[in-house]
Amino acid sequence: MSEKTKKAYETEETADGLHSIQKVIEPPHESSRPIIKYLLIGVCVLFLAVMLVIPLIVVAVNAFSDGWAAYQKAVMDEYTLKALWLTLLATVSAVVVNTIFGIFAAYLLSKFYFKGRQVLATLIDIPFSISPVIAGLVFILTFGNIGWMGDFLKAHDIKIVFAVPGVILATIFVTFPFVFRELFPVMNAQGKDEEEAAALMGANGFTIFRRITFPHIKWALLYGVILCTARAMGEFGAVSVISGHLRGKTNTLPLHVEILYNEFNTTAAFAVSSLLVILAVLILIARNIVEWKKK
Amino acid sequence: MDAQIVKVKNKKGVRVIPGFGLSLGVTLAMLGCLVLIPLVSIFLSAAQLSFGDFIEVVTSRQVVSGYMVSLSCAFLAALVNAAFGTVLAWVLVRYDFPGKRLMDGLIELPFALPTAVAGISLTYLYSDQGWIGSLFDKIGIKIAYTRIGITIAMVFVGIPFVVRAVQPVLEKLDRQYEEAAMMLGASKLYTFFRVILPELFPALLAGFGLAFARGIGEYGSVVFIAGNIPYKTQIAPLLIMTKLEQYKYADATAIALVLLLLSFLLMFLINSIQIYMQKFSKA
Repeated sequence: MSEKTKKAYETEETADGLHSIQKVIEPPHESSRPIIKYLLIGVCVLFLAVMLVIPLIVVAVNAFSDGWAAYQKAVMDEYTLKALWLTLLATVSAVVVNTIFGIFAAYLLSKFYFKGRQVLATLIDIPFSISPVIAGLVFILTFGNIGWMGDFLKAHDIKIVFAVPGVILATIFVTFPFVFRELFPVMNAQGKDEEEAAALMGANGFTIFRRITFPHIKWALLYGVILCTARAMGEFGAVSVISGHLRGKTNTLPLHVEILYNEFNTTAAFAVSSLLVILAVLILIARNIVEWKKK
Repeated sequence: MDAQIVKVKNKKGVRVIPGFGLSLGVTLAMLGCLVLIPLVSIFLSAAQLSFGDFIEVVTSRQVVSGYMVSLSCAFLAALVNAAFGTVLAWVLVRYDFPGKRLMDGLIELPFALPTAVAGISLTYLYSDQGWIGSLFDKIGIKIAYTRIGITIAMVFVGIPFVVRAVQPVLEKLDRQYEEAAMMLGASKLYTFFRVILPELFPALLAGFGLAFARGIGEYGSVVFIAGNIPYKTQIAPLLIMTKLEQYKYADATAIALVLLLLSFLLMFLINSIQIYMQKFSKA
């Protein structure tokens, strides 16, 4: 179908939204074989139900299996609240740090051409392809007793490994490329003509960013922040290595879930999990709203 | 005219847009301090091991079986995801049905749901007393605490990678080739495998690679359902964890280094295939 005819349909049908356009350009043979369509949809529904939906139901059912009072007790437990606090602290730190990095890095790589640009982009992506356990390990090897910075830190009485700073550093590490990865394609596609025009007319760097670059990237930025939040909040492997599992001190919510589960305190483990499920669902809803706005 | 002058200036290296120095400085400083310097430690630490010790650690029976479990389960899980991911992307792009937006939103659940929660939930579900596990237990198949369970957990974490890789390509795919194939009398299945699939293949491969890499490194959702039985269900990241708990830092580093090189090799391989295929399809 040529671009012109598609346009014609679009202007006619926009009142009904995108779906009606799709219907119009759908070839007739699609509707003549509805069995395949419903078979495939059925396969998808079954797959998603077994893999995604039923596990969520399991969490809800088990969280309340000992009644509301037990649920409340597990959720309002002192250690749970402390873990929730640390999770929020680590998440906010990761989001702030990675947003600052993401904006600067995306600006650098999309608005300027320089040698080593491609190498830099590859390096930024490294945390993405590393096992979370290894991400935790690298911090132990750097800041731990055996690490090359260990003696220095000991002399100045700074604790990073098995302490809150370590948990925060590990969380930042695993979510490092998230905001950058959302911003870079958008900034790159936008090009740099507008910024160059503004610069030639005498605008300073901050004004250019605020008035020209930022309006283009605000939804992508929010999207990146949401993804970063989701991953930071749920990080388990990296934090597990570096936290030392000190209850009430370096335990995040996911680690608290693990401890409760390993103590065979299943109901409490699922009750605490339900908090994380609620956060995850909120994040998913926010993500879908932002994605819809982005379009 | 003005634009041309700007372009010439750019080629000479004069930058019009301000902020190059600042953004380069901030980017390099943050990347260096938070990622590269810690990462270098693993190589520094590995360099302290003698080559003999290194080989001894990574070729011990337990470690080799750990790599094998991780690789085989992650490969299988990525295959399952490639198949179901393509079907899901197809259904989401080509069909209209009630609840489609909900289904689309659900795909990202494994990204948003903390892996530990997914881990205990899947373990409960697939243990021999769980809702699904008990059904399979009756016909003599155990899922939790076996490699099947590990694979299922890895399928869980890998779903979004394939769907989100294939979906945009499928959306952009020009339908005139399919229509032409239909007109020429090709069956629907034949059209899919000979016309559509080759177009999707690079994206599918990228999604497969990401899901595979994620599976190899995955810890949180797998550790509960794996059950940590030596030589059977011990995954490589768990071995690193165990060595760390025994304060055997050198061993942990050696295992981690091999795992790291494996995942870099995998990404490199998949990138090369993609570049090769792009060249091939353009020529």
